[in-house]
Amino acid sequence: MATEAAHGESPTDYIVHHLTHLKVGSGFWTFHVDTLLVSASLALLVAVMLVRAARVKSNGAPSGLRAFVEWVYEFVDGNVADIYHGNRAFLVALGMTLFTWVVAMNAMDLLPLDLPGGIASMLGADYFRVVPTADLNGTVAMAIVVLVLIVGYAIRAKGVGGYLHEWIAAPFGSNPILWIPNIFLNAVELIAKPVSLSMRLFGNMYAGEILFMLIALLGMAFAASIGGVALFVGQVIFGAAWAVFHILIVLLQAYIFMVLPVVYISMAEEHH
Amino acid sequence: MTINATFIGQIIVFLILLWVIAKYVTPAMAAEIDARNRKIADGLAAAEKGQKDLADATTRADAIIREARERAKQIEDQAARRSNEAVDAAKQLAQTEGARIVSAAREEAASETTRARDALRKEFGTLVVTGASRLLEREVDAKAHAQLLDKLADEIARG
Repeated sequence: MATEAAHGESPTDYIVHHLTHLKVGSGFWTFHVDTLLVSASLALLVAVMLVRAARVKSNGAPSGLRAFVEWVYEFVDGNVADIYHGNRAFLVALGMTLFTWVVAMNAMDLLPLDLPGGIASMLGADYFRVVPTADLNGTVAMAIVVLVLIVGYAIRAKGVGGYLHEWIAAPFGSNPILWIPNIFLNAVELIAKPVSLSMRLFGNMYAGEILFMLIALLGMAFAASIGGVALFVGQVIFGAAWAVFHILIVLLQAYIFMVLPVVYISMAEEHH
Repeated sequence: MTINATFIGQIIVFLILLWVIAKYVTPAMAAEIDARNRKIADGLAAAEKGQKDLADATTRADAIIREARERAKQIEDQAARRSNEAVDAAKQLAQTEGARIVSAAREEAASETTRARDALRKEFGTLVVTGASRLLEREVDAKAHAQLLDKLADEIARG
């Protein structure tokens, strides 16, 4: 795509092009086809991989895919067990889902920047953003499910009455004058969780994507200037360095997105 | 970065993946890992027990060997004592037997001597009679002088 840029596309055009979703519909009922397609394909890939690994009947030491998936499972299971002390079967499944799926989606950022868009344009699509977690819809969707689970676990632990009582009586006390501040603070506390959860992942991946674009622009300037060879070398060096560093971000953000919901759910079960 | 209906689709995808993993992946993994952990724990316990059994068996075997050695020593001592006794008895027997044989031989020799002396006397008697008859130059009437001759022979024999 350095070629496209060379054909007179300005850096701004390039970045805007790369930040535009392939969409259908209008207004609220707009669907980002690229986000849905990529995330659903990766969900399918993750599901097939995990189910295949789970089906392996091994008597003795696990090997290959099975060993890898067991390693991931034990990592998730150990983290959940450290945080949550009840029956953690469902939370392990939740953590496993979030971790594997988010890693897969984040990892799309490591694909060559213009490869997915290039393939899409060959197939007749003008735009194609390949990182579903750099789309706020992708992270908000998971955060909303986590929000529902937080409330659900809280109600399960305290009963509907107990949960509602906490809304008006905690943290300041049950005096009627304090009901409004209590409700306000609880609302902020509850909303802050999914918002911070989704924004953190979205922000990290979006920033990572933009940085890859800027590094790519560095190389594109190569065609336009005489001393540009240095810029091309710069693109290769910075691109490689950022990709290596981004592997850490991909895994770290997925890890955070796995652990925090479990922490929130664990907190929601505590009595105030 | 606008929120639109995409997130509804994302929720559906997420819930489907969550359902698949919660139903088909984590329970199977948990069950098998638990089973394997139990198997490993059992194996370790069995190995420990085997080692303890081996130690016990070694102790018991040592005790048996020590006992057997003691018994063997006892038997050896007993056998030595018995054989000494047997040798002593045989010596004793041989001595008495030897004495008996010597005395029997002595008796035999004595009776043989007596018998020879008797025979010699008888012969001497006969010679004396023959000599006397020759001296008298006549035939001694054996019948007439039988009594005399016998008396004579008796005297020689006795004397």
